[in-house]
Order: sequence, then structure tokens, then C-alpha cells
Amino acid sequence: MRYRAASPLGTIYFILLVLFLYFPIGILVLFSFNDSILLIFPLRGFTLKWYAALSQAEELLKAVRNSILLGIVSSAFATLLGTMAAVGIMRFRFVGRGFFLAVASLPLVIPYVVLGVALLVLFSSLGVPLSFWTVGIGHVIISVPYVILIVAARLAGFPASLEEASMDLGATYWQTLIRVTVPIASPAIVAAFLTSFTTSFDEFAVSFFLIGRQATLPIYLYSQLRFPSRLPLIVTLAAIVMVSSIAVLGLAEWLRRKDQPA
Amino acid sequence: MSFRMNTRTRIAVLMIPPALLLLFFFVLPMFVMASYTFREGSFGAARQRFTLAHYREFLENAAFQHLLWRSMLLSLETSLYCVILAYPAAYYLAFQAGPKRLTLLTLIIAPAWTSFLLRVLAWKLILGSEGMLSSLLQSVGLLREPKPLLLYTRGAVVVALAYSWIPFVVLPIFAALDRIDRDLLEAAADLGCAPWQAFLRVTLPLSMPGVAAGFVFVFIPTLGEWVTPALVGGVKGVMYGNIIQDQFARALNWPLGSLMSFVMLLLMLALILPISRFARFLRLGGL
Repeated sequence: MRYRAASPLGTIYFILLVLFLYFPIGILVLFSFNDSILLIFPLRGFTLKWYAALSQAEELLKAVRNSILLGIVSSAFATLLGTMAAVGIMRFRFVGRGFFLAVASLPLVIPYVVLGVALLVLFSSLGVPLSFWTVGIGHVIISVPYVILIVAARLAGFPASLEEASMDLGATYWQTLIRVTVPIASPAIVAAFLTSFTTSFDEFAVSFFLIGRQATLPIYLYSQLRFPSRLPLIVTLAAIVMVSSIAVLGLAEWLRRKDQPA
Repeated sequence: MSFRMNTRTRIAVLMIPPALLLLFFFVLPMFVMASYTFREGSFGAARQRFTLAHYREFLENAAFQHLLWRSMLLSLETSLYCVILAYPAAYYLAFQAGPKRLTLLTLIIAPAWTSFLLRVLAWKLILGSEGMLSSLLQSVGLLREPKPLLLYTRGAVVVALAYSWIPFVVLPIFAALDRIDRDLLEAAADLGCAPWQAFLRVTLPLSMPGVAAGFVFVFIPTLGEWVTPALVGGVKGVMYGNIIQDQFARALNWPLGSLMSFVMLLLMLALILPISRFARFLRLGGL
């Protein structure tokens, strides 16, 4: 592959765009260390007191725990079901395959408000009380398309002949699935899980409709925005959440690319 | 015969659980929502009675349609800004960034995966009258008194949305540009094309599928937005999604809310179905 010489104009534009994209995140991180309850310039001096105060904020920590739990459970279901679908789609031809793929991709393009409303009226009609589980189901539906696309892309890079060889050598189909297919797809499966987790951890628009009494982190944050005195704490938490999600995503990207045939 | 039976069992075991999930929690809810639009009220006995009153209300109230139209324009504008801002960066990545391009691409995409709510919150803090931009401009003497810059306007919604979605547009445009056969550009140069002519006649047309995919990626989700306008839009920046949310959170008129939501669903399907090879768009997105 040949590359053209980089023109300084292109480089400058790219740097400016990156700065723009990281600017709000940087601002939040900056103010998380600012020694003032008001989020305004000029800065008042360096402090770690907001970070210290975070460990005392019980409700907030409970919301974080709820979100982590919800993220793990919903991502586990989404990853399992999405991986099964990805293997089925990539390794078999069957009636309704295209239709399934189209329906499974629709959650990517249906606005979250529609999904939230539809699930709310479904649960209400069935008399299911809103809870952790109803939000979890919403998150599984949101995440499944991502899992299918990520795992299917990985499987497309490997010929089915590896699996055929395994079966020729005497393994049953299900042994092959567990011992050959899943290990081949494992970097993508981990990446899909992390992507689902990040999505669930951050999800607000659907959760808002389906949440019961236990608040997730985004729900709690939204409820706190009305109180200016809580903002420094929220900004500090935001700084932590954003920096760690960038780290998790970096890891997911690295896993997805790892020994992926070009 | 036994071979075929085996294959069928395998397909069934792999595909039935995810298919049931989608059937019960994605397809069925859409139909329940559609049936809800005919109910008289949200709760109790009114829930059982059939009525077309909500359809009448929706059709007669021009404000709803007006808001839907304005939201479409806002999403259209946002998508345009995203494409214009993303294209040069995608071009740089595809043609000029060299071997570090995938790392740089990840750098662009990473912010998109951090908390959406918190990024909107950041813009709220930046743009507000007691906010960071205002106080920064004051402290360097560019602004005399505290003043909301953009906050609670339509412009604030566009800025916050465009900011959020740029990375998702860089991705498909980059994928399309990256796929262009470099020999074509060389051939264009050999045949006497100036670089800008080669760009207009070869590169740009060949990158259009990526541009279209990026456009759709932004237009569709932003059209259904309600969180961003609720936080930074104020009264002037209200979108269609906000009045849907309002029917459930405040007005408690679920049937009308379901109808509004159903209209949005039909609108989305009408926009997507013409793109018959919709799956190809997704693959272009590199997702």
C-alpha cells in the first residue's frame, strides 16, 4: 500500500478535530481537580477533595454498583445469544437467514425512545412490574446487533475448513463448536462483551422508561443535575467514568485487531 | 438424510434462542405499541375501550406535525455538519496518515464510546451563562458579563449532537475511501488530471456510499433524540422525542405517546426500506 506524503493541512485539521472531540472530556477532568464548588474559570487551585468525597457518596456508589451488575448480566446474555446467532449466520445457509439478519440489525436504527416506549407498553400489558430485569432486557436488545456484527466479522476472517477438519478428525459438531469455533472467535467475543458492557453502563434513553426503584448510574446522574451543589461530584465521577471507558474500549479494539487476518 | 437432520438440529439450536429473544422483546412490543394507539386511556377500564380519538388528535394538532418536521430539519442539519467535518479527517486517515492510521482511527472513535449523558452534561456546563466558556471569555476580557452562550437554543442541540456523532461518520467514510484502488488515482494522474480533478471525479464519487452510510447513521438516531434537547435545548430546542417522552413522564397519556412513537417507527422504516441493501451499509460502517 502506498501513502501520499502527509500535507500539513490534513495533519492540522486532524489534530484540531481530535482536540475538539477530547475538549469536553478534558474540561471535566480539569474541573474534577478544581478547588471550588462552582464550575467556572478561573480555576481555584488543585484539590483531591472531590475524589475523596466520592467514596462517601453512598447513593451514587449504589447506582454505580447497580450499573456494573446490570452491565455484566445484560452483556453476558447479549454476548451468548449474539454469538450463537453469528455462528449460525456465518456457517449455515437456511430459509429466513436474511430476514433474521435484517430484524436483528433493526435495533441499531430504531430510535431508543421507540424501543423504550414499546417495551414499556409490553411489560405494562403483561402486568410485569418494572425492575432491574426489564431494563436488562432492553439492554440485551440494544447490544445483540453489535455482538452479531463483531463476532460475525471475526468468523468471516477464518475459513470453515478448520471446523471441518476438526470434525473429520472425530470431534462432534458441539465439541468442535466449543473447542475450535469459540476459541477462534474469542477475541471478538471478549470485544463484543466489552462493547455491550460499555453500552449498557451508559444507556439512559431506554432505561428511563423501564427502570424500577433501583437507579442505574445514568438515571441517578440525570436526577442529580437539578442540584448545582452536586455538580462537582458528578463531574469528578464523569472524569473517572470517561477515562476508564476509553481505557476499556482501547483494550476491546486491541483484542479485536489481535491476529485478525488482514 | 442423517446429515441433513444434523444440520437442521444445529441451525435450530443456534438460531432459535436469539430468534425468540427478538420475537418476544423486539417484534412483539412494536405490535403491542401499535395496538395501544387505539386504547382510550392508559389505565383501568379506559385501557380496554377502543377509540380513534388519538389519531384524530394527532392529525388535527398541527403542532405535532410541525415539531416532527422541525426535528427532521434539525437532524438533517446535524448530519450535514457531521459529514462536512468528518470527511477531511477520514480522507487524512485513508490517504495520508501512514501505518499509524488504525491507531489514529481508534483515537477518533474512543470519545464516542464514553458516556453520552456525561458528554452532553459537559456541553451544558461549557455553554451555560455561569458556564466555562462564558467565564473563560470573561477572564480573558472578551466578554463583559455572564451570558449564556448558545445554551437553551436550537444551536446548542445541533452542536452537542454533531459533537456526539462525528466519530460515527468518520468510520464509514474512512472505510469507503480506504477501499478505493490507488491505481485509479494514478491512472487519472497519468491521463492528465490535476489532483483536485482526480478528487472530484474519482475519489469523491467512489466515497459516496460511505458518505451516505454516515449520513444515515447520524440522521436516524438523532431524529429520535430526547435526552440532548432536554438537557441543552430549552424551550426553543424541543424535539419530537421530547413530546413522546412527555406523554409517559408527565402527561400520562400512553396511547397518544404510543401513537407518536408508532409514527416515528413507521417514518424510520419508510426511510430505511428504500435502502434495500441495508445490511451492506452496516458492513460499510465497519461495525
